[in-house]
Amino acid sequence: METILFLSPTEAGAPLSKNALEALATTKQLADSLGTTFSVGLWGDAPKTDDIASCGAAKFYAVTGAEFSQPRYATDAAAAEALARAAGATIIIGPAGSRWNRISAGVAHRLGGRADGHVTGFSVSDGAPAIARWYYRQRMEGILSRTQRPWVLAVESGIAPAWQGAPGPTAAEAVACTPAGVRSKVSGIESQAADQQTIRPDADLLFVTGAGWTKKQPDGQVKIAEAEKLILGFLGLARASLGSTKSLVDLSGEGQATLPFLTHMNQVGQTGSTPRHAKGLSTCCHGEEPHTVGWRFIGERRAISLDANCGWARGKADVLYVADAFAVMEKVNALLAQKTCG
Amino acid sequence: MPEYQIVVCGSVVPDPLQTLEPVAGPTGPALKNEMMLPAWLDPWAGHALYEAANLAAKNPGSKVWLVALGPKAKLQQAMMTLAQKVPFELVALDGSASGFTDAAETAAALAEAIQAIPGLDRSKLLLFGGWESASRGAGATMQIIGEILGITDQFQGVDAIGVESDGSFKILERVEGGQHQVSVCEAPPVLLGWATGNLPEPRNNPQVGMANMRAIMPALQKAKPSKIGAEGVTFHSVSLPKQARDTKVVKDLPADQIAAEIVGWITNK
Repeated sequence: METILFLSPTEAGAPLSKNALEALATTKQLADSLGTTFSVGLWGDAPKTDDIASCGAAKFYAVTGAEFSQPRYATDAAAAEALARAAGATIIIGPAGSRWNRISAGVAHRLGGRADGHVTGFSVSDGAPAIARWYYRQRMEGILSRTQRPWVLAVESGIAPAWQGAPGPTAAEAVACTPAGVRSKVSGIESQAADQQTIRPDADLLFVTGAGWTKKQPDGQVKIAEAEKLILGFLGLARASLGSTKSLVDLSGEGQATLPFLTHMNQVGQTGSTPRHAKGLSTCCHGEEPHTVGWRFIGERRAISLDANCGWARGKADVLYVADAFAVMEKVNALLAQKTCG
Repeated sequence: MPEYQIVVCGSVVPDPLQTLEPVAGPTGPALKNEMMLPAWLDPWAGHALYEAANLAAKNPGSKVWLVALGPKAKLQQAMMTLAQKVPFELVALDGSASGFTDAAETAAALAEAIQAIPGLDRSKLLLFGGWESASRGAGATMQIIGEILGITDQFQGVDAIGVESDGSFKILERVEGGQHQVSVCEAPPVLLGWATGNLPEPRNNPQVGMANMRAIMPALQKAKPSKIGAEGVTFHSVSLPKQARDTKVVKDLPADQIAAEIVGWITNK
């Protein structure tokens, strides 16, 4: 019988993140599939187990202290290790955010177990759990199980609806934890101003821009300023998240004219991210299978390209508009602006 | 000026532009024609190496090692290009670099090789690597190496490191929403799993290549065989995604009609 534990860090004064609530729902599903119960362990300066009182957990554990509010390896790993030991967990599930991803394998090592990241699904075969995850940058999917325990897992967002339920009183067992050798401190967050922020993980739409935006247009001119205006205008009106192909991001490093607001953080695909959004619209993108993994986890996909046979779109998008993205996006922005004003 | 001993962990991966197809091998999944696929240094490990070389160049007396695990022939192939980029000393391990091996086994072999580097001084040690590989992509190996070596100042998704006037490090890590978390770490030893960093790929420098290769070839010849597998793991399946979409191709439609369709699609929740 597996002993399952859901673990998550908490932010000061904030409820559990959507990603964490999705992982909690996944944990409950797995426990139900295995015919067992699960426990919850939270850590932070004031972890609110009451918020998830009705999640079905058999027991709650908490590590509490001001030092655990900082998202850093030494304290997060110590807290997770203490909670896992207190629960005697054999399967430990956490949300694949930056905090859990930073520590999950290190915690597994401390517990004498093994870790797997980027888990995108669970199944049960002959009473034993198996996970799905991708290999070679989302090029192929593997389904595997392990004999080693504890098995520490980082569950990707978007694979289950976030848990919802009523709060209530809980009697969380306080777990003692004294992290040793803390020599780092978090001094802040650097981000663009809200109106300049182009990466929006919670957006419904991913807008992918390709290198075509920086190429010569039919009149023989490169139109960087116009491209910038159209792209940023669309992002503002549609509240979309911006992704970019590697070729477009790399242009800046090669000293070519490029879009100044794009960084490697926007890059999707082989060496970028593979974000999850309900819809995706790609413009001026081209390339074959290796490049298209950037929108592998996008639900509905449409593309605008001048190439009707583009490998980025054929077989990958639901609709391919063979058209000039400059002309189309100008009209799209005008229509969206009308809707906003209306 | 501080002197650092920067150890970069990195391995080889198949050229991402190649067709990759999983096949069942005698010990588990493998890639079809794996030994025929051209090999590159893992991209994020490459960024880590370039950042290490840049930091070493700014701090005279510092030294960079590249500790690489992979089939000897593949390592040699990758080194032919890599050696011309930046100065480093290679520590080679001859073993599988497959994505289907286990991160814990890889980490154990790399940690042992790092501990065997003569004259390694923990008070100067910066341990670099990619935050994930382009093969297994688990983001686990570096964390485990850090644990084995007793390094609890670990940072992942790093895009920048700066040395402050008091010798501490200012480190920028990628976090949610396209933001960077800024941390200060007092001193070495510290572990950094690099994302893209800020440096372009260095241009080839034949002089650097010649200097590197004098030590790289002997290092490859004495590469220690390492048996890396995935003990305890059962792969039930490994497959390529099959769902090809039935793409509707819309041609010869005026821009305003396309725009209307797209806006209707976007706003229809």
